[in-house]
Amino acid sequence: AKYISQCIDEIKQELKQDNIAVKANAVCKLTYLQMLGYDISWAAFNIIEVMSASKFTFKRIGYLAASQCFHEGTDVIMLTTNQIRKDLSSPNQYDTGVALTGLSCFVTPDLARDLANDIMTLMSHTKPYIRKKAVLIMYKVFLKYPESLRPAFPRLKEKLEDPDPGVQSAAVNVICELARRNPKNYLSLAPLFFKLMTSSTNNWVLIKIIKLFGALTPLEPRLGKKLIEPLTNLIHSTSAMSLLYECVNTVIAVLISLSSGMPNHSASIQLCVQKLRILIEDSDQNLKYLGLLAMSKILKTHPKSVQSHKDLILQCLDDKDESIRLRALDLLYGMVSKKNLMEIVKKLMIHVDKAEGTTYRDELLTKIIDICSQSNYQYITNFEWYISILVELTRLEGTRHGHLIAAQMLDVAIRVKAIRKFAVSQMAMLLDNAHLIASNTQRNGICEVLYAAAWICGEFSEHLEEANQTLEAMLRPKVTTLPGHIQAVYVQNMVKLYASILQQKEQSGEKEAAQEITQLMIERLPQFVQSADLEVQERASCILQLIKYVQKLQVKEVPVAEEVIALFAGELNPVAPKAQKKVPVPEGLDLDAWINEPPSDSESEDEKPKTIFHEEEQRHSRHRQPEIDEEELARRREARKQEQANNPFYIKSSPSPQKRYQDTPGVEHIPVVQIDLSVPLKVPGMPMSDQYVKLEEERRHKQKLEKDKKKKKQKKEKRGKHHRHNSLHTESEEDIAPAHHVDIITEEMPENALPSDEDDKDPNDPYKALDIDLDKPLADSEKLPVQRHRNVETLKSPDAEVPLEEKKSKKPKKKEKKHKEKERDKGKKKEKEKKKSSKHKKKKHKKEKEEKSKDKKKSKKKSHHSEEEPPQSVQNGTLDDEPLPPMSSYRLLAENPYIKMTYDIQGNLQNDSQVTVSVIFENKSTSFLKSMELNVLDSLNTKMLRPEGSSVHDGIPVPFQLPPGISNEAQFVFTLQSIVMAQKLKGTLSFIVKNDEGSTHEKLDFKLHFSCASYLITTPCYSDAFAKLLESGDLHMSSIKVDGISISFQHLLAKICFHHHFSVVERVDSCASMYSRSIQGHHVCLLVKKGENSVSIDGKCNDSTLLSNLLDEMKETLSKC
Amino acid sequence: MQFMLLFSRQGKLRLQKWYVPLSDKEKKKITRELVQTVLARKPKMCSFLEWRDLKIVYKRYASLYFCCAIEDQDNELITLEIIHRYVELLDKYFGSVCELDIIFNFEKAYFILDEFLLGGEVQETSKKNVLKAIEQADLLQEVKTHRIKYETIVFSL
Repeated sequence: AKYISQCIDEIKQELKQDNIAVKANAVCKLTYLQMLGYDISWAAFNIIEVMSASKFTFKRIGYLAASQCFHEGTDVIMLTTNQIRKDLSSPNQYDTGVALTGLSCFVTPDLARDLANDIMTLMSHTKPYIRKKAVLIMYKVFLKYPESLRPAFPRLKEKLEDPDPGVQSAAVNVICELARRNPKNYLSLAPLFFKLMTSSTNNWVLIKIIKLFGALTPLEPRLGKKLIEPLTNLIHSTSAMSLLYECVNTVIAVLISLSSGMPNHSASIQLCVQKLRILIEDSDQNLKYLGLLAMSKILKTHPKSVQSHKDLILQCLDDKDESIRLRALDLLYGMVSKKNLMEIVKKLMIHVDKAEGTTYRDELLTKIIDICSQSNYQYITNFEWYISILVELTRLEGTRHGHLIAAQMLDVAIRVKAIRKFAVSQMAMLLDNAHLIASNTQRNGICEVLYAAAWICGEFSEHLEEANQTLEAMLRPKVTTLPGHIQAVYVQNMVKLYASILQQKEQSGEKEAAQEITQLMIERLPQFVQSADLEVQERASCILQLIKYVQKLQVKEVPVAEEVIALFAGELNPVAPKAQKKVPVPEGLDLDAWINEPPSDSESEDEKPKTIFHEEEQRHSRHRQPEIDEEELARRREARKQEQANNPFYIKSSPSPQKRYQDTPGVEHIPVVQIDLSVPLKVPGMPMSDQYVKLEEERRHKQKLEKDKKKKKQKKEKRGKHHRHNSLHTESEEDIAPAHHVDIITEEMPENALPSDEDDKDPNDPYKALDIDLDKPLADSEKLPVQRHRNVETLKSPDAEVPLEEKKSKKPKKKEKKHKEKERDKGKKKEKEKKKSSKHKKKKHKKEKEEKSKDKKKSKKKSHHSEEEPPQSVQNGTLDDEPLPPMSSYRLLAENPYIKMTYDIQGNLQNDSQVTVSVIFENKSTSFLKSMELNVLDSLNTKMLRPEGSSVHDGIPVPFQLPPGISNEAQFVFTLQSIVMAQKLKGTLSFIVKNDEGSTHEKLDFKLHFSCASYLITTPCYSDAFAKLLESGDLHMSSIKVDGISISFQHLLAKICFHHHFSVVERVDSCASMYSRSIQGHHVCLLVKKGENSVSIDGKCNDSTLLSNLLDEMKETLSKC
Repeated sequence: MQFMLLFSRQGKLRLQKWYVPLSDKEKKKITRELVQTVLARKPKMCSFLEWRDLKIVYKRYASLYFCCAIEDQDNELITLEIIHRYVELLDKYFGSVCELDIIFNFEKAYFILDEFLLGGEVQETSKKNVLKAIEQADLLQEVKTHRIKYETIVFSL
């Protein structure tokens, strides 16, 4: 670390030097340090310096460093915009390439917005090397700046048929990625992709296309049908595993989407499963893993075809690789049926024994439970078997899933009434052997099962054969080492046991035995009273008092059993966890209102509001025992409430009367069970589940015989699927009747439960923004922001309608507020202006900025935008020679004392017959201007685009009002047929002037001049393409000469670029070639030569009229200088 | 693809390329976590693992682990191919590449990766074209190379 800090100091020294090579080297070192985890964000500015080096060697390093350490939060990133733009338009393809690569790593929404148009132009670059990079980076741009998707999409589509395979595959990549997020917008491309798929031989591309189809088919089933055949062909023919895997995956996706409509694709499913089997059998672990993964997808829709490969999947359980075993387990989950459940679980149990490593064993355990309990124990035919499996699982030491087993035990015991007797006997055994299970209580999660065991034994004590013994087991001193919540359940259930034993003894008249058992309780309970756990302590002391009281009564020979047992009368029903929430509050019930007057302070605080229910309950279930004093009762209530709270199967005190305990008139009859001490206890831990497998087989066999008999005798009774209600005696043909019936009690959910399904989608999904309909024609407002349009872009935003107060404020301020983007742009400049201490104390840089803002200021009055450099400007290096005067392309449209209109016309890149006219309205008066409406007289060739439904005589309202001294801009779209000639349209602006004296209606006529130059779009062109164009020979030629030119050649070119939308192809001394393209695709090439005092321009163009008109316009422009 | 990492058997990061914007802190956390998980896996295990909501595809070449993170629907096998192709490219460029090549010429390794992948997508499937592009770009650099001082940094670590 010391060495590193020394190095960093050294690097800092190097960065201060002027030598760019040294700097680059330092930045390179920093990049390395960054990888090692050191923060180098302080050097961001130096990185930019290196990026802007003119030598490729350094530029490359600069961009690399930037791509590694810039991110959206890097504040200097906005300084790079112009540098990147310059590099993008560099004649050296590697400069462009390195800029694109770098940009792909650190593109921000701002960069994306500003550079989208430049990148789009690069998509039609002459070099495939640049084209493919530009295409790929467009995806990143779309993500950051979704508005660019629609304008760029047509060109992206073109690239699908690019002659260069690299570009083509790049376009496929981008569209695939887009389509995967929002497939429905790309359905229209399906035929094109289908063609590509059948013709392409590049596996990389094929995989992408096939993946794309996988995303499309769920939306268009017909496509799926068409796909099956070529895909199966591919599956048969390909040798590339990756392609095969992708095909299989897509076929599966197709079949899933088809499965509803088209039943018969078993052949392709078979093929898939076969191929997957080959994958799984492969010795390569990777293929095995993927095979299993894909198999599980098939399983969801076609379980039958997978089930035949059970053997293979069970084999995978023996694999060395844990992730493969886990995959196989996942598969097994879906493969079980009534028939094979026992067999599969048996195999799994063997694996549980073998498994070393607790994580995997725990995973197995949960899987076994999942498999068995899935869809309400649907596949379990014999619950005795299941209980014994659970009991066997308790022998696992150190598992974390004790609570899971416990929950299963409780659930089964409660739901399956028929199993209770068996369950109770097993649980009693567990309790008896608790010392085995709980040997290592603190770390051992398995002791949780004792919780379940104690509860089951207590609650269903009527099934217990040797209640005495169980009770004693529960009273062992060892129990006090268990965790508190388990002890609490122990204590509570002891009383239940005690109650049932007591009753049993009293009924058989064994008074002494009854007293003995009471004595036992009184002797042993104190150990719980001393417990450190509050819950245990409270329950124990409460119960101890109760039993002491019972003892007193017993001494007086009063029969108490019935009353004690009444404590626990009532049946418990399972309740779904959400049930409570779903019961609507009955009308007229105010849950917050006091039911009783708040009782006096004699009662403890927290039970106040709920007391009523307990009293009600007690009234129903038994007569009050007047002997027990009030306080005792309250405490007992509290204890019971606690118990209920701890017990998931109790209904908590609630305002839902229908869910209260059923009224039990009198005390339930409890069967007296003779204790037969001669029956030996079953040895705990002996695996008993196996014997059930045999039993089950026998049973099935018997059933089958019975069924056959029945068939002969009587008509087959038609019965539906059962396993839900009273299904013991119903059998459908294929199903095996379960030995027990699962009591999935219908009132598990209250009848008036309200279904509540809300699927929540992530609103922050970055791809959501790209869910854009691409087939809709482009609206004018969707134009990409071109460099020179930036101000315009922000101004026309829909929220141009700002509240009045804001408008009255001063002009620049208002603008700032108008749009966020605007604000940001401006804000930055302001900051630079005001705060002399800018963040980066680079004077050079600051100066630059100040210059910029000065320019801005100068031109602000006259127009809204000016750029110190012409768009897509001259070649590298010539730029910074001399500053260019501010220029504006806005021309005066009309003016009167109230209002001044200036306008500019731009071609629309996306639509070959539209131009956009931006008009700035400036209020020169002191009155308020409103209800402005602009109308023009359409000509045959040129028409204003009006909203649907309005006639040609209707004007278009200007979407804002103008307070005094304010200007704002609106845009109007015009369609035209021919663009070879300049056009003039007459029009009128009508508006209402409102001031203190009242309002008057005013009109202003104007003439809109569409020059030919306004149909041109600045398009960069590279010299080789330019030369080709000239050689092609199908261009018409014309030339002009203008005398008396005094301005520099640099300015002259800039003027042509700016006013006539040309870009410089090449410049040699006082001679330059220029290029532009019309919105309808005419190429226009110029050769500009400067003589002593004159300029000659030779032009070539597809259309001679257009050319001569253009040259005339140019002549006019030039003669003004 | 979301990102690509190269690290040595000792867990030292040799190259990282992120195609999603993340803060440095998060990058470090992810890197640490992944390096640990991948290094803990036994050689016989398969090259894929599910991690958060991503899939990780890794492969070991000599002492270097190449590790890519891809999204749920992406094809694991093709990602392995990509890794392999990249290794082939490095191999061709350096002539039987070794870890030291990547350490001393890490910027070259990045340049090659950038020519091969862009924004996480395969840019050029042809090996020849990638190498051609790199060679020509190299030609642009002047002949005199500044032997870079970070070698000393490397040795000291």
